[in-house]
Amino acid sequence: MRFQFKTSYNQDIRLFRDKVDGFWYGLLAVAVVALPLVLDDYSVGEISWVFIYGICGVSLMVLVGYTGLVSLGHAAFLGIGAYAHAYFIMHGAPWIVAVVMAVVITTACGLIVGLPALRMTGIYLAIATLAFSVIIQEVFSRWESVTHGFAGMKVDSPVIFGVAVADGRSFYFLCLFFMVIVLWLTRNLLRAPTGRAWIAIRDSEIAAQSMGVNLAIYKSMAFAYSAGLMGLAGALFAHKIGYLAPDIFTILLSIQFLLLVIVGGLGSLHGAIFGAIFVALLPPAIAILRDSIPDTMNQWAQDSGVTALGLLGNAIGEFLRKPGVEAGIFGLILVLVILLEPLGMYGRWLKIKLFFSTFPMYKASTFKRQKSYMRSERLR
Amino acid sequence: MGCIYGLVALGFVLIYKATELVNFAQGDLLMLGAFVCYMSVAWWGLPYWAGFLIAVVAIAAFGALLDALVLRRVIGQPQFAVVMLTIGLGAMFRTFASVTWGSEIYTLPTPFGGVWTVGGVTLSHQYLSIVAGTLILCGGLYAFFNHTRIGIAMQATSQNQLAAYYMGIPVKLIFSLVWAISAGVAAAAGILLAPVTLIDINMGLAVALKAFAAAVLGGFGSIPGAVIGGIVIGLIELYAGATLPEGFKDTAPYIVLLLMLIVRPQGLFGTLARKKV
Repeated sequence: MRFQFKTSYNQDIRLFRDKVDGFWYGLLAVAVVALPLVLDDYSVGEISWVFIYGICGVSLMVLVGYTGLVSLGHAAFLGIGAYAHAYFIMHGAPWIVAVVMAVVITTACGLIVGLPALRMTGIYLAIATLAFSVIIQEVFSRWESVTHGFAGMKVDSPVIFGVAVADGRSFYFLCLFFMVIVLWLTRNLLRAPTGRAWIAIRDSEIAAQSMGVNLAIYKSMAFAYSAGLMGLAGALFAHKIGYLAPDIFTILLSIQFLLLVIVGGLGSLHGAIFGAIFVALLPPAIAILRDSIPDTMNQWAQDSGVTALGLLGNAIGEFLRKPGVEAGIFGLILVLVILLEPLGMYGRWLKIKLFFSTFPMYKASTFKRQKSYMRSERLR
Repeated sequence: MGCIYGLVALGFVLIYKATELVNFAQGDLLMLGAFVCYMSVAWWGLPYWAGFLIAVVAIAAFGALLDALVLRRVIGQPQFAVVMLTIGLGAMFRTFASVTWGSEIYTLPTPFGGVWTVGGVTLSHQYLSIVAGTLILCGGLYAFFNHTRIGIAMQATSQNQLAAYYMGIPVKLIFSLVWAISAGVAAAAGILLAPVTLIDINMGLAVALKAFAAAVLGGFGSIPGAVIGGIVIGLIELYAGATLPEGFKDTAPYIVLLLMLIVRPQGLFGTLARKKV
C-alpha cells in the first residue's frame, strides 16, 4: 500500500493525487489514443458511443451524484442540443459556432427548468423534469419549421475549419477530445468551492444553507452546467446518429442515463465513465453472445456427447433474440446493482484495488453498510 | 380514463404513504394484471369474474412477494435508488410479459356490452364499470383503513415506522400487505381498463406516467387527493383533446402539472413540512 506524505493542504485538491496516479492516467491516455490503430471500424464506432455517453454521464453525475437533484428529463436537453446544432449547421453556420449555440441554448433551457426546481425536492423534482421532457418531445414533433417533425432531420458529418471529419476514426478523436475537455472542466469545478458547495447541498440542504451556501445560485448553476454538457453531447450525438427524429428523445433514454450513473457509481466521475462503458457496450455484447453462446454450447455438446448442452445453448440464443429482452437485461442488472452494490462499478473497483493493495490484511467489513431505518424524506 | 388514473395513483400513494418508496413498476403491475385475467378467460375458458378474482389475487400475492424479497432490502437507501430499482423491475416485467404472451395486442371479452341511456346521454357499460369499480374500491379501502385493526396499524406505520414497531405492530408484515393491496388495486385497474385500450405489453407505461402526474397533482401522500387528481387529469386530457389544437391532448396534463408544481409544490391536498434542526 502506498502512503501519501502530505505537506500542504493544497495536496488534497490536486488534479492527480500524486505522480504515480498521474503516470497511470497518462498510460490510459496513450492506450485510448492508440486504440483506433489496432481496432476495426465497427469497434471504433462503438467506442465513440462510450465517449458521447461519457459526456452525458458526467452531466447527469454533476446533477444527481454531486448535487443530489434527480432529473428524469435529461433526454430533452440532449434533444435540444442535437436539434439546435443540426438547425444551425443546416443554415450555414460554421461547426464551432453551431456547437457553441447548442451549448448556450441548452444552458438557457437548463436555467429556465432549474428556476422552478429550486422549490422542489426529491420526487417532485423528478416528476417536474419528466413533465418538461414530455412537453419538449411534443414540441420536437410539432415545431416543423425547425425540427421537421416526424419526417426527421438529416445531419451530415462535421466540417471543422474546412476539414471534413467524415470517417469513424477522426470522429472518434473528436469525441475523445470533447470528453477529455469535459472531464477536465468538471474535475476542476468539483475541486473548487463550487463543487464543494454542490456536495454540501447533496448531503444536507439545511446544513449547507447554514454554512452560507446560497442554495438558489448553486442549484441553478448545477442545472445550467449539467444541461450545457448535455447540449454538447447532443451536438456529437446528432452527428453520430445521423438522423434526428422526435421519438429518439423519450423518457426511456432519460432512464438509460440514470441507469448509467447508478451502475457506474453515484458520486464519482470514474463512475460516469464506467457507466458509459457499460451502457454503450452492453447491446453489442448481447448481440455477440446471441450468436456465440449457441455455437460454443453446440461445440461442447459434440465434444462431450451430451446433447442437452446443445439444446440449452440453442434455447439461450433463441431467448436473447426475442424482442424486448435487452431492456429486461438492463432492468435485471439495475436491480442487482442497487441491491448488492449501491456504489456501482466504481465502488467494486475501489474494493478490488483495496484488496490488492492491503493484500493479506483485507477485511470485507471495511465497506459494511450500517443497517438503517427508513429516513423520512417528507421532512426536508 | 380519469378513474383509471385515480386508481393507479391510489396505488402509488398507498405505497408511498406506508413505506415512502415510489413504485414506478405500478403501470407494469397493471399490465400483468390485465394479462393474467386475459389468460384465464381466453385460454382456460373461465368466466370473467373468476378471471378477475384470479388476476387480482395473483398480482396481490406477487406484490407481497416482491416486497419481501426485493424492496425490503433497500429501505433506508436514498429514495432515488429505489425509484430506479422499481424502474428496473418494471423493465423486467415487460420483458417477462413479451416472452410469455408475445407482443400481440389482445382484446378481453367482458360482460359489459350494452349501453345505458339516461336523459339523452348515452353511457356505455364499459365506462360505467370503470366508474363503479373505482367507487367500490375506494369505498372498500376507506372502510379498511379507518375501521379495521390492520388498517389503523397501517396508518400508524406510515406515520412513524419506529414508533409503530415499538407498539408491537408487525411492520414487515404491514409493508407486505400494503404492497399486496396496491398491486391488487393496480391489477383491478388493468382489468377495468383492458376493454378500452386493449391489452399489450406497453399499456402500463403511458397510464402510469399520467397516474404519477395525478398523484403529484393531488399531493403525494393523500388518498382522496390521488383519486381527485386522477379525475382532474382525465378531464383535462378530455377537454384539451376536444377543444385545443392537435398535440395538446397528451401534453396538457403535464403543462397543468408543471404550473401546479411551480405555484404550489406540495400539490392540492399535500402538506408541506419543514424539518426542525
